[in-house]
Amino acid sequence: MSLIELKNIHKRFGRLVVLDGVNLSIPAGQSLVVIGASGSGKSVMLKHIVGLLKPDAGEVHFEDQRIDALSERKLAKVRLKFGFLFQMGALFDSMTVADNVGFPLVEHSTKTPTEIVEIARQKLAMVGLPDVGKKMPGELSGGQKKRVALARAIALNPSVILYDEPTTGLDPIRSDVINELILKLQRELHVTSVTVTHDMQSAFKIADRIVMLHEGKLRFDGTPDDVRQATDPVVRRFVRGEADEAELATLNQT
Amino acid sequence: MPVAYVEKVGKQAVDAVSVFGDFCVFVGRTFLWLFISGLRPKNLRLLLPQMYEVGVRSVPVIAITGAFIGMVLAIESHATFKTLGQEERMGAIINISVVKQIGPVLAAVMLAGRIGGALTAELGTMNVTEQLDALRVMGSDPIRYLVVPRFLACVLLLPILTIYSDLLGVLGGWLVSTRFLGVPSGPYWFYSQYGVDNWQIFEGIIKAAFFGAAIGLISCYKGFNCGSGASGVGRACTESFVASFIAIIIINFFSAQVAKDFYVAIYGLRSIIG
Repeated sequence: MSLIELKNIHKRFGRLVVLDGVNLSIPAGQSLVVIGASGSGKSVMLKHIVGLLKPDAGEVHFEDQRIDALSERKLAKVRLKFGFLFQMGALFDSMTVADNVGFPLVEHSTKTPTEIVEIARQKLAMVGLPDVGKKMPGELSGGQKKRVALARAIALNPSVILYDEPTTGLDPIRSDVINELILKLQRELHVTSVTVTHDMQSAFKIADRIVMLHEGKLRFDGTPDDVRQATDPVVRRFVRGEADEAELATLNQT
Repeated sequence: MPVAYVEKVGKQAVDAVSVFGDFCVFVGRTFLWLFISGLRPKNLRLLLPQMYEVGVRSVPVIAITGAFIGMVLAIESHATFKTLGQEERMGAIINISVVKQIGPVLAAVMLAGRIGGALTAELGTMNVTEQLDALRVMGSDPIRYLVVPRFLACVLLLPILTIYSDLLGVLGGWLVSTRFLGVPSGPYWFYSQYGVDNWQIFEGIIKAAFFGAAIGLISCYKGFNCGSGASGVGRACTESFVASFIAIIIINFFSAQVAKDFYVAIYGLRSIIG
């Protein structure tokens, strides 16, 4: 049974059609990776899942409840079941790392300040950064920011974690640390994961299932092994990182 | 190309109405959150840092603005009053101008630049770095968490800053008039007291609260709706100041009209230099 379901989602910004009839069902416990070229609508689709964007047409369902038509106040309660890792972390730069991680608990729990500090410490330890609680986000490296953001995303023990380009901007070693962390959370917290990326090494490592978005539609849906053996030239070129002739032709325009 | 021109004008009109409607929704949601949860202890803790930012850190700029307004008014009005042999009465004009019009308006304009720019830049940066989306994803409404405390701080503190500005303006005007222009201090205060009544001071303070509301709402709205990147934030700051300035001038006009009608209804007509 599906935990998350997108039904015929259409979204455009001005004249630019970004999603053109996307249908996707995500069962509980699955680690789904969404791949696609830059600007193909991956992040837009991810933001539809959590209600940050509303579709022009179509429906978004979570736990058999239609959520795209909910008011912001009702949606806020649904969102507590989601953790979201933003591409650049989106840490609050006016707060310390510990305050960032404890923020969802301050807002939505009745725990005491001491308990919140302890939970924040535990979550930071879980992402391998037990000693950075007193630092400000500006003092952290890019990889550390993403790990802290992940600690914040799991503060309320969500059932779904959405990752928006988790390895973008990181070196291969740091990227692998993030990949291992995603797998660890999958193992230990038994969450459902949806990861948007164009890092194929990361996709192969963390995915149970891979879908590809191309020109606003789902072009491919299968396991990592299916992707490796795909015969669709668009999918093959993307997986191998090969530009097509039309894209290369733009380099020769004078 | 008349069709293209009409299309362009029409699009601009639709965009302007759309932005205004969006702003009205933003204002409505701010007031909704203000009444639902604005005074809960959990939310009041968000207010104190904003009051420090809006109030305490604005004191120097307000002190300088207020004092120099009073001093300039003294210099400018002295020659005219001296020609009439009425220098002793210039305190009434200086102090009415300070507490009723120039003081509150210039203080608000200064604060639109200082506070409004800072609020728009802060919220705009949060917007482009997805911190506003992060708040929403964590189930916290950014309007409740960010806008309501900033709006409240502006509404509560602009009147207090205006009182401070008025005080410095009155002292500045007195200092220049009596110490540098030779106006005797006793008559200066006597005619000031005669010319300025509580209602006029009250009028300046009340409209400062409306100026504060306009600055808070416009600055936050512009920050929430800025374009992408550093240029988007910069443009939002400029637009925020210009819109706040226009709002201050318009509010000042209508408040002057309403206050005058109210004053005449209660006190009747009265000369200020009797």
